[in-house]
Amino acid sequence: MKFEDEPVPGYPLPILPGHTSPGRFERVLRAGAFAVTAELAPPDSADPDDVYRRARVFDGYVDAINATDGSGANCHMSSLAVCALLTSVGYAPVMQISCRDKNRIAIQGDILGGAAMGVCNVLCLTGDGVQAGDHPQAKAVFDLDSVSLLGIARGLRDEHRFESGRKITHAPRVLLGAAENPNVSPVEHRALRLAKKIAAGAQFVQTQYCYDIPLLRRFMTAAEDAGLLERVFILIGVGPLRTAKAGEWMRTHVPGIHIPDPVIARMKGATDQTREGLNLCVDLIQEIRAIKGVSGVHVMAYRQEEAVAEVIERSGILAGRVPWYPGRDPQTDADRKTS
Amino acid sequence: MYAVRRWSVRHARGLSRVYASFEALLVRLAPLLERIGYPRLERPVAATERAVKGLLFDCKMCGSCVLSSTGMSCPMNCPKQLRNGPCGGVRADGNCEVKPEMRCVWVEAWRGAERIPGGLEAIQQVQAPVDRRLEGTSAWLRVVREKRGAQA
Repeated sequence: MKFEDEPVPGYPLPILPGHTSPGRFERVLRAGAFAVTAELAPPDSADPDDVYRRARVFDGYVDAINATDGSGANCHMSSLAVCALLTSVGYAPVMQISCRDKNRIAIQGDILGGAAMGVCNVLCLTGDGVQAGDHPQAKAVFDLDSVSLLGIARGLRDEHRFESGRKITHAPRVLLGAAENPNVSPVEHRALRLAKKIAAGAQFVQTQYCYDIPLLRRFMTAAEDAGLLERVFILIGVGPLRTAKAGEWMRTHVPGIHIPDPVIARMKGATDQTREGLNLCVDLIQEIRAIKGVSGVHVMAYRQEEAVAEVIERSGILAGRVPWYPGRDPQTDADRKTS
Repeated sequence: MYAVRRWSVRHARGLSRVYASFEALLVRLAPLLERIGYPRLERPVAATERAVKGLLFDCKMCGSCVLSSTGMSCPMNCPKQLRNGPCGGVRADGNCEVKPEMRCVWVEAWRGAERIPGGLEAIQQVQAPVDRRLEGTSAWLRVVREKRGAQA
Protein backbone atom coordinates (compact mmCIF):
# COMPACT_ATOMS: atom_id res chain seq x y z
CA MET A 1 0.00 0.00 0.00
CA LYS A 2 1.40 3.37 -0.97
CA PHE A 3 -0.02 6.67 0.10
CA GLU A 4 0.04 9.68 -2.20
CA ASP A 5 0.68 12.00 0.68
CA GLU A 6 3.58 10.00 2.14
CA PRO A 7 5.77 12.52 3.94
CA VAL A 8 9.46 12.45 4.66
CA PRO A 9 10.31 10.05 7.46
CA GLY A 10 9.56 11.31 10.92
CA TYR A 11 6.73 13.60 9.83
CA PRO A 12 3.11 12.64 10.44
CA LEU A 13 0.68 11.85 7.65
CA PRO A 14 -2.34 14.12 7.28
CA ILE A 15 -5.26 12.84 9.36
CA LEU A 16 -7.97 11.46 7.07
CA PRO A 17 -11.66 12.05 7.83
CA GLY A 18 -12.91 9.54 10.39
CA HIS A 19 -9.38 8.76 11.57
CA THR A 20 -8.09 9.63 14.99
CA SER A 21 -4.37 9.50 14.29
CA PRO A 22 -1.96 10.64 11.58
CA GLY A 23 -0.58 7.10 11.62
CA ARG A 24 0.12 4.64 8.86
CA PHE A 25 -1.14 1.74 10.98
CA GLU A 26 -4.64 3.21 11.35
CA ARG A 27 -4.76 3.81 7.59
CA VAL A 28 -3.92 0.20 6.84
CA LEU A 29 -6.59 -1.03 9.26
CA ARG A 30 -9.29 1.32 8.02
CA ALA A 31 -8.46 0.51 4.42
CA GLY A 32 -9.37 -3.09 5.23
CA ALA A 33 -5.97 -4.60 4.54
CA PHE A 34 -4.90 -7.59 6.62
CA ALA A 35 -2.45 -5.90 8.97
CA VAL A 36 0.74 -7.26 10.44
CA THR A 37 2.38 -6.03 13.62
CA ALA A 38 5.45 -7.43 15.31
CA GLU A 39 6.92 -7.16 18.74
CA LEU A 40 10.35 -5.62 19.17
CA ALA A 41 12.16 -6.62 22.33
CA PRO A 42 13.82 -3.43 23.62
CA PRO A 43 17.54 -3.99 24.20
CA ASP A 44 19.38 -4.13 27.51
CA SER A 45 21.59 -1.40 26.16
CA ALA A 46 21.82 2.35 25.66
CA ASP A 47 22.88 2.02 22.03
CA PRO A 48 20.31 3.30 19.52
CA ASP A 49 21.74 1.01 16.85
CA ASP A 50 20.57 -1.96 18.88
CA VAL A 51 17.04 -0.66 18.39
CA TYR A 52 17.43 0.04 14.67
CA ARG A 53 19.00 -3.36 14.08
CA ARG A 54 16.03 -5.02 15.77
CA ALA A 55 13.56 -2.97 13.73
CA ARG A 56 15.29 -3.56 10.39
CA VAL A 57 14.66 -7.31 10.40
CA PHE A 58 10.95 -6.55 9.95
CA ASP A 59 11.44 -4.19 6.96
CA GLY A 60 8.82 -4.71 4.30
CA TYR A 61 6.77 -7.16 6.36
CA VAL A 62 5.10 -5.27 9.18
CA ASP A 63 2.76 -2.29 9.38
CA ALA A 64 3.66 -1.37 12.94
CA ILE A 65 6.24 -2.35 15.52
CA ASN A 66 5.26 -2.84 19.15
CA ALA A 67 7.77 -1.50 21.64
CA THR A 68 7.21 -3.47 24.83
CA ASP A 69 7.22 -1.76 28.21
CA GLY A 70 9.24 -3.84 30.62
CA SER A 71 7.67 -7.02 29.28
CA GLY A 72 7.49 -9.89 31.73
CA ALA A 73 8.39 -7.31 34.39
CA ASN A 74 12.00 -7.34 33.17
CA CYS A 75 14.06 -4.20 32.87
CA HIS A 76 14.92 -3.00 29.35
CA MET A 77 15.18 0.28 27.42
CA SER A 78 11.92 2.22 27.90
CA SER A 79 9.17 1.87 25.33
CA LEU A 80 8.93 5.66 25.01
CA ALA A 81 12.60 5.91 24.04
CA VAL A 82 12.40 3.00 21.61
CA CYS A 83 9.37 4.64 19.98
CA ALA A 84 11.14 8.00 19.72
CA LEU A 85 14.07 6.34 17.97
CA LEU A 86 11.74 4.47 15.62
CA THR A 87 9.60 7.47 14.67
CA SER A 88 12.68 9.56 13.93
CA VAL A 89 13.33 7.39 10.88
CA GLY A 90 9.67 6.97 9.98
CA TYR A 91 8.67 3.64 11.48
CA ALA A 92 5.15 3.33 12.91
CA PRO A 93 5.54 2.09 16.47
CA VAL A 94 2.88 0.94 18.88
CA MET A 95 3.90 2.33 22.25
CA GLN A 96 3.02 -0.16 24.97
CA ILE A 97 2.22 1.29 28.36
CA SER A 98 2.00 -0.92 31.40
CA CYS A 99 0.38 0.22 34.65
CA ARG A 100 2.89 -1.70 36.74
CA ASP A 101 5.74 0.80 36.85
CA LYS A 102 4.19 4.25 36.61
CA ASN A 103 1.37 6.21 38.18
CA ARG A 104 -1.14 8.34 36.30
CA ILE A 105 1.07 11.42 36.42
CA ALA A 106 3.97 9.69 34.67
CA ILE A 107 1.77 7.80 32.22
CA GLN A 108 -0.12 10.85 30.99
CA GLY A 109 3.17 12.67 30.54
CA ASP A 110 4.46 9.75 28.46
CA ILE A 111 1.39 9.79 26.22
CA LEU A 112 1.87 13.49 25.50
CA GLY A 113 5.62 13.02 25.05
CA GLY A 114 5.18 10.02 22.79
CA ALA A 115 2.64 11.80 20.61
CA ALA A 116 4.94 14.83 20.40
CA MET A 117 7.63 12.54 19.00
CA GLY A 118 5.35 11.02 16.40
CA VAL A 119 3.87 8.04 18.21
CA CYS A 120 0.44 7.39 16.69
CA ASN A 121 -0.52 4.15 18.44
CA VAL A 122 -0.70 3.39 22.14
CA LEU A 123 -1.38 -0.03 23.61
CA CYS A 124 -2.83 0.19 27.12
CA LEU A 125 -1.84 -2.73 29.32
CA THR A 126 -2.10 -3.69 32.94
CA GLY A 127 1.28 -5.41 32.90
CA ASP A 128 2.73 -8.50 34.54
CA GLY A 129 3.25 -8.55 38.27
CA VAL A 130 6.78 -7.74 39.48
CA GLN A 131 7.16 -11.28 40.80
CA ALA A 132 7.41 -12.48 37.17
CA GLY A 133 10.52 -10.53 36.28
CA ASP A 134 14.13 -9.84 37.13
CA HIS A 135 13.31 -7.31 39.88
CA PRO A 136 10.83 -9.08 42.19
CA GLN A 137 12.01 -6.77 44.98
CA ALA A 138 10.52 -3.73 43.18
CA LYS A 139 7.39 -1.84 44.19
CA ALA A 140 4.44 -2.60 41.92
CA VAL A 141 2.52 0.60 41.18
CA PHE A 142 -0.82 -0.31 39.55
CA ASP A 143 -2.29 3.12 40.20
CA LEU A 144 -4.47 2.50 37.11
CA ASP A 145 -5.66 -0.61 35.32
CA SER A 146 -5.73 -1.13 31.56
CA VAL A 147 -9.37 -0.05 31.31
CA SER A 148 -9.03 3.14 33.33
CA LEU A 149 -5.83 3.90 31.40
CA LEU A 150 -7.78 3.63 28.14
CA GLY A 151 -10.36 6.05 29.54
CA ILE A 152 -7.71 8.53 30.56
CA ALA A 153 -5.92 8.31 27.20
CA ARG A 154 -9.20 8.92 25.41
CA GLY A 155 -9.85 11.89 27.67
CA LEU A 156 -6.49 13.35 26.69
CA ARG A 157 -7.24 12.88 23.02
CA ASP A 158 -10.96 13.65 22.73
CA GLU A 159 -11.66 15.97 25.63
CA HIS A 160 -8.26 17.62 25.67
CA ARG A 161 -7.84 17.21 29.41
CA PHE A 162 -5.87 15.34 32.01
CA GLU A 163 -7.62 12.98 34.41
CA SER A 164 -7.61 15.86 36.88
CA GLY A 165 -9.71 17.88 34.45
CA ARG A 166 -6.94 20.35 33.70
CA LYS A 167 -6.91 21.35 30.02
CA ILE A 168 -4.15 20.53 27.58
CA THR A 169 -3.48 22.78 24.62
CA HIS A 170 -2.69 20.20 21.94
CA ALA A 171 -4.27 16.74 22.16
CA PRO A 172 -2.29 13.57 21.40
CA ARG A 173 -3.67 12.18 18.12
CA VAL A 174 -3.33 8.49 18.88
CA LEU A 175 -5.06 5.24 18.02
CA LEU A 176 -5.82 3.38 21.23
CA GLY A 177 -5.29 -0.30 21.66
CA ALA A 178 -5.82 -2.94 24.30
CA ALA A 179 -4.79 -6.52 24.89
CA GLU A 180 -6.99 -9.56 25.27
CA ASN A 181 -6.33 -13.16 26.12
CA PRO A 182 -9.02 -15.47 24.71
CA ASN A 183 -7.35 -18.51 26.30
CA VAL A 184 -7.58 -18.01 30.00
CA SER A 185 -10.17 -18.20 32.72
CA PRO A 186 -12.92 -17.00 32.75
CA VAL A 187 -13.01 -17.97 29.06
CA GLU A 188 -16.77 -17.45 28.80
CA HIS A 189 -16.45 -13.83 29.90
CA ARG A 190 -13.43 -12.76 27.85
CA ALA A 191 -15.53 -11.22 25.08
CA LEU A 192 -17.42 -9.19 27.68
CA ARG A 193 -14.16 -7.95 29.09
CA LEU A 194 -13.20 -6.87 25.59
CA ALA A 195 -16.52 -5.05 25.32
CA LYS A 196 -15.60 -3.13 28.44
CA LYS A 197 -12.26 -2.16 26.95
CA ILE A 198 -13.99 -0.95 23.79
CA ALA A 199 -16.43 1.05 25.91
CA ALA A 200 -13.43 2.62 27.62
CA GLY A 201 -11.81 3.60 24.31
CA ALA A 202 -10.03 0.64 22.69
CA GLN A 203 -9.98 0.89 18.88
CA PHE A 204 -7.72 -2.06 18.18
CA VAL A 205 -6.84 -5.20 20.08
CA GLN A 206 -3.74 -7.35 20.05
CA THR A 207 -4.20 -10.73 21.68
CA GLN A 208 -1.94 -13.06 23.59
CA TYR A 209 -0.56 -16.03 21.62
CA CYS A 210 -3.40 -18.10 20.18
CA TYR A 211 -2.33 -21.68 19.53
CA ASP A 212 -5.79 -23.11 20.17
CA ILE A 213 -7.85 -22.34 17.07
CA PRO A 214 -11.18 -23.85 18.27
CA LEU A 215 -10.93 -21.77 21.44
CA LEU A 216 -10.14 -18.67 19.37
CA ARG A 217 -13.15 -19.33 17.14
CA ARG A 218 -15.35 -19.52 20.23
CA PHE A 219 -14.00 -16.19 21.41
CA MET A 220 -14.54 -14.56 18.02
CA THR A 221 -18.10 -15.91 17.85
CA ALA A 222 -18.78 -14.50 21.32
CA ALA A 223 -17.30 -11.17 20.20
CA GLU A 224 -19.53 -11.21 17.12
CA ASP A 225 -22.61 -12.03 19.21
CA ALA A 226 -21.76 -9.10 21.47
CA GLY A 227 -21.60 -6.86 18.37
CA LEU A 228 -17.90 -6.06 18.83
CA LEU A 229 -16.53 -6.91 15.40
CA GLU A 230 -17.62 -3.63 13.81
CA ARG A 231 -16.31 -1.60 16.69
CA VAL A 232 -12.72 -2.79 16.99
CA PHE A 233 -9.85 -4.11 14.87
CA ILE A 234 -8.71 -7.46 16.23
CA LEU A 235 -5.15 -8.65 15.65
CA ILE A 236 -4.42 -12.18 16.80
CA GLY A 237 -1.17 -12.97 18.56
CA VAL A 238 1.05 -15.61 16.97
CA GLY A 239 4.64 -16.72 17.27
CA PRO A 240 6.92 -19.59 16.29
CA LEU A 241 7.89 -22.08 18.97
CA ARG A 242 11.60 -22.90 18.97
CA THR A 243 11.27 -26.43 20.34
CA ALA A 244 8.64 -28.65 21.94
CA LYS A 245 10.49 -28.25 25.22
CA ALA A 246 10.36 -24.46 24.98
CA GLY A 247 6.62 -24.74 24.38
CA GLU A 248 6.21 -26.97 27.43
CA TRP A 249 8.22 -24.54 29.52
CA MET A 250 6.22 -21.54 28.31
CA ARG A 251 2.85 -23.06 29.01
CA THR A 252 3.80 -24.13 32.52
CA HIS A 253 5.82 -21.10 33.58
CA VAL A 254 4.52 -18.06 31.71
CA PRO A 255 1.17 -16.85 33.04
CA GLY A 256 -1.56 -16.57 30.43
CA ILE A 257 0.00 -18.81 27.79
CA HIS A 258 -2.04 -21.77 26.65
CA ILE A 259 -0.62 -24.29 24.18
CA PRO A 260 -2.79 -27.35 23.53
CA ASP A 261 -1.27 -30.84 23.62
CA PRO A 262 -1.59 -31.56 19.86
CA VAL A 263 0.63 -28.53 19.15
CA ILE A 264 3.32 -29.81 21.49
CA ALA A 265 2.96 -33.30 20.00
CA ARG A 266 3.40 -31.94 16.48
CA MET A 267 6.59 -30.18 17.56
CA LYS A 268 7.90 -33.30 19.32
CA GLY A 269 7.31 -35.43 16.24
CA ALA A 270 9.44 -33.25 13.98
CA THR A 271 13.09 -33.93 13.22
CA ASP A 272 13.89 -30.24 12.87
CA GLN A 273 11.76 -28.71 15.61
CA THR A 274 12.69 -25.08 14.97
CA ARG A 275 11.69 -25.46 11.32
CA GLU A 276 8.47 -27.17 12.36
CA GLY A 277 7.81 -24.24 14.70
CA LEU A 278 7.89 -21.92 11.68
CA ASN A 279 5.66 -24.26 9.66
CA LEU A 280 3.20 -24.39 12.53
CA CYS A 281 3.19 -20.61 12.76
CA VAL A 282 2.48 -20.28 9.03
CA ASP A 283 -0.39 -22.79 9.33
CA LEU A 284 -1.84 -20.96 12.32
CA ILE A 285 -1.70 -17.60 10.52
CA GLN A 286 -3.52 -19.06 7.53
CA GLU A 287 -6.24 -20.53 9.74
CA ILE A 288 -6.54 -17.27 11.66
CA ARG A 289 -6.77 -15.29 8.41
CA ALA A 290 -9.94 -17.22 7.54
CA ILE A 291 -11.74 -16.42 10.79
CA LYS A 292 -14.42 -13.78 10.48
CA GLY A 293 -13.64 -10.47 12.13
CA VAL A 294 -9.87 -10.83 12.28
CA SER A 295 -8.09 -7.70 11.03
CA GLY A 296 -4.53 -8.95 11.23
CA VAL A 297 -1.89 -10.79 13.17
CA HIS A 298 0.51 -9.67 15.87
CA VAL A 299 3.75 -11.62 15.67
CA MET A 300 5.65 -12.14 18.89
CA ALA A 301 8.76 -14.06 17.88
CA TYR A 302 10.89 -13.59 20.95
CA ARG A 303 14.52 -14.37 20.04
CA GLN A 304 13.39 -15.51 16.59
CA GLU A 305 12.68 -12.06 15.19
CA GLU A 306 14.78 -12.75 12.09
CA ALA A 307 12.29 -15.50 11.16
CA VAL A 308 9.29 -13.15 11.07
CA ALA A 309 9.84 -12.09 7.46
CA GLU A 310 9.91 -15.70 6.28
CA VAL A 311 6.77 -16.61 8.23
CA ILE A 312 4.84 -13.63 6.85
CA GLU A 313 6.13 -14.25 3.34
CA ARG A 314 5.14 -17.92 3.37
CA SER A 315 1.73 -17.26 4.90
CA GLY A 316 0.88 -14.99 1.97
CA ILE A 317 -1.19 -12.65 4.13
CA LEU A 318 0.28 -9.47 2.70
CA ALA A 319 -1.09 -10.45 -0.70
CA GLY A 320 1.68 -8.64 -2.54
CA ARG A 321 1.53 -5.55 -0.35
CA VAL A 322 4.85 -4.12 0.89
CA PRO A 323 4.40 -2.23 4.16
CA TRP A 324 6.38 0.99 4.40
CA TYR A 325 9.93 0.92 5.69
CA PRO A 326 12.73 3.49 5.56
CA GLY A 327 14.02 3.54 2.01
CA ARG A 328 11.07 1.74 0.41
CA ASP A 329 10.39 4.68 -1.92
CA PRO A 330 13.78 6.30 -2.56
CA GLN A 331 12.55 8.47 -5.44
CA THR A 332 9.54 9.83 -3.53
CA ASP A 333 11.73 10.54 -0.52
CA ALA A 334 14.18 12.48 -2.68
CA ASP A 335 11.40 14.49 -4.34
CA ARG A 336 9.81 15.41 -1.03
CA LYS A 337 13.08 16.46 0.54
CA THR A 338 13.87 18.86 -2.29
CA SER A 339 10.37 20.30 -2.65
CA MET B 1 -10.21 -13.93 55.97
CA TYR B 2 -9.94 -15.86 52.73
CA ALA B 3 -12.55 -18.52 53.59
CA VAL B 4 -15.06 -15.89 54.72
CA ARG B 5 -14.35 -13.80 51.62
CA ARG B 6 -15.26 -16.74 49.42
CA TRP B 7 -18.36 -17.42 51.52
CA SER B 8 -19.42 -13.83 50.89
CA VAL B 9 -19.23 -14.31 47.13
CA ARG B 10 -21.34 -17.45 47.41
CA HIS B 11 -23.88 -15.39 49.34
CA ALA B 12 -23.58 -12.33 47.13
CA ARG B 13 -27.32 -12.15 46.56
CA GLY B 14 -28.23 -12.03 50.26
CA LEU B 15 -25.40 -9.66 51.10
CA SER B 16 -26.28 -7.25 48.33
CA ARG B 17 -29.86 -7.20 49.62
CA VAL B 18 -28.70 -6.56 53.17
CA TYR B 19 -26.46 -3.76 51.96
CA ALA B 20 -29.25 -2.16 49.91
CA SER B 21 -31.48 -1.97 53.01
CA PHE B 22 -28.60 -0.72 55.12
CA GLU B 23 -27.81 2.00 52.60
CA ALA B 24 -31.46 3.04 52.45
CA LEU B 25 -31.50 3.23 56.25
CA LEU B 26 -28.36 5.38 56.29
CA VAL B 27 -29.81 7.74 53.72
CA ARG B 28 -32.98 8.04 55.83
CA LEU B 29 -30.83 8.77 58.86
CA ALA B 30 -28.89 11.39 56.96
CA PRO B 31 -30.51 14.41 58.69
CA LEU B 32 -29.42 12.94 62.00
CA LEU B 33 -25.93 12.18 60.69
CA GLU B 34 -25.67 15.74 59.43
CA ARG B 35 -26.66 17.10 62.84
CA ILE B 36 -23.91 15.07 64.51
CA GLY B 37 -21.55 16.13 61.73
CA TYR B 38 -19.74 13.90 59.22
CA PRO B 39 -16.25 14.84 60.42
CA ARG B 40 -17.12 13.68 63.94
CA LEU B 41 -18.66 10.45 62.57
CA GLU B 42 -15.84 9.66 60.19
CA ARG B 43 -13.54 7.85 62.63
CA PRO B 44 -16.06 5.60 64.44
CA VAL B 45 -17.95 4.78 61.23
CA ALA B 46 -14.76 4.05 59.30
CA ALA B 47 -13.60 1.78 62.15
CA THR B 48 -16.91 -0.10 62.09
CA GLU B 49 -16.82 -0.35 58.32
CA ARG B 50 -13.27 -1.65 58.45
CA ALA B 51 -14.24 -4.31 60.98
CA VAL B 52 -17.40 -5.49 59.21
CA LYS B 53 -16.14 -5.37 55.63
CA GLY B 54 -12.70 -6.52 56.67
CA LEU B 55 -14.24 -9.69 58.07
CA LEU B 56 -16.63 -10.31 55.17
CA PHE B 57 -14.60 -9.18 52.16
CA ASP B 58 -10.99 -8.65 53.29
CA CYS B 59 -11.83 -5.00 52.61
CA LYS B 60 -8.81 -2.76 52.07
CA MET B 61 -10.69 0.48 52.85
CA CYS B 62 -10.00 2.05 49.46
CA GLY B 63 -12.86 4.44 50.25
CA SER B 64 -14.37 3.96 46.77
CA CYS B 65 -16.34 0.77 47.38
CA VAL B 66 -17.59 -1.01 44.25
CA LEU B 67 -18.58 -4.35 45.83
CA SER B 68 -22.10 -4.10 44.41
CA SER B 69 -20.60 -3.98 40.91
CA THR B 70 -18.08 -6.75 41.48
CA GLY B 71 -20.26 -9.58 42.75
CA MET B 72 -19.19 -8.88 46.36
CA SER B 73 -15.60 -9.82 45.53
CA CYS B 74 -13.34 -6.94 46.58
CA PRO B 75 -11.08 -5.99 43.64
CA MET B 76 -8.51 -4.45 45.96
CA ASN B 77 -7.51 -7.99 46.92
CA CYS B 78 -6.22 -8.41 43.37
CA PRO B 79 -2.43 -8.02 43.59
CA LYS B 80 -2.72 -5.60 40.65
CA GLN B 81 -5.76 -3.91 42.19
CA LEU B 82 -7.65 -4.31 38.93
CA ARG B 83 -11.08 -2.73 39.16
CA ASN B 84 -12.30 -3.49 35.66
CA GLY B 85 -11.89 -7.20 35.15
CA PRO B 86 -9.24 -9.90 35.26
CA CYS B 87 -5.78 -9.63 33.75
CA GLY B 88 -4.56 -11.99 31.05
CA GLY B 89 -2.55 -14.12 33.45
CA VAL B 90 -5.29 -16.07 35.22
CA ARG B 91 -4.19 -19.67 35.70
CA ALA B 92 -5.97 -22.61 34.09
CA ASP B 93 -7.47 -23.55 37.48
CA GLY B 94 -8.87 -20.02 37.87
CA ASN B 95 -6.25 -18.97 40.39
CA CYS B 96 -4.14 -15.83 40.50
CA GLU B 97 -0.98 -15.35 38.47
CA VAL B 98 0.78 -13.53 41.30
CA LYS B 99 -0.57 -15.58 44.22
CA PRO B 100 -1.06 -19.11 42.88
CA GLU B 101 -2.81 -20.29 46.07
CA MET B 102 -5.51 -17.62 45.75
CA ARG B 103 -8.58 -17.75 43.53
CA CYS B 104 -8.62 -14.91 40.95
CA VAL B 105 -10.64 -12.09 42.47
CA TRP B 106 -12.36 -11.53 39.11
CA VAL B 107 -13.24 -15.16 38.48
CA GLU B 108 -14.98 -14.91 41.85
CA ALA B 109 -16.50 -11.55 40.94
CA TRP B 110 -18.28 -13.00 37.92
CA ARG B 111 -19.61 -15.87 40.00
CA GLY B 112 -20.95 -13.40 42.53
CA ALA B 113 -22.35 -11.09 39.86
CA GLU B 114 -24.33 -13.95 38.36
CA ARG B 115 -26.10 -14.32 41.72
CA ILE B 116 -27.08 -10.68 42.12
CA PRO B 117 -30.06 -9.39 40.11
CA GLY B 118 -28.58 -6.91 37.65
CA GLY B 119 -25.10 -7.99 38.69
CA LEU B 120 -23.93 -8.79 35.17
CA GLU B 121 -24.91 -5.33 33.95
CA ALA B 122 -23.19 -3.73 36.94
CA ILE B 123 -19.95 -5.60 36.36
CA GLN B 124 -19.78 -4.20 32.80
CA GLN B 125 -19.66 -0.62 34.06
CA VAL B 126 -16.28 0.99 33.49
CA GLN B 127 -14.87 1.95 36.89
CA ALA B 128 -12.88 5.16 37.18
CA PRO B 129 -9.43 4.96 38.72
CA VAL B 130 -9.37 5.04 42.50
CA ASP B 131 -9.10 8.41 44.21
CA ARG B 132 -6.20 7.53 46.50
CA ARG B 133 -7.08 10.41 48.85
CA LEU B 134 -10.12 8.45 49.99
CA GLU B 135 -8.07 5.50 51.25
CA GLY B 136 -8.95 4.71 54.86
CA THR B 137 -12.15 6.76 54.80
CA SER B 138 -15.70 5.49 55.09
CA ALA B 139 -17.35 4.62 51.79
CA TRP B 140 -20.70 4.36 53.59
CA LEU B 141 -20.65 8.01 54.63
CA ARG B 142 -19.43 9.05 51.21
CA VAL B 143 -22.38 7.29 49.58
CA VAL B 144 -24.84 8.95 51.97
CA ARG B 145 -23.36 12.37 51.24
CA GLU B 146 -23.49 11.74 47.50
CA LYS B 147 -27.07 10.48 47.57
CA ARG B 148 -28.14 13.44 49.69
CA GLY B 149 -26.33 15.76 47.34
CA ALA B 150 -28.21 14.24 44.42
CA GLN B 151 -31.57 14.65 46.23
CA ALA B 152 -30.89 18.28 47.08
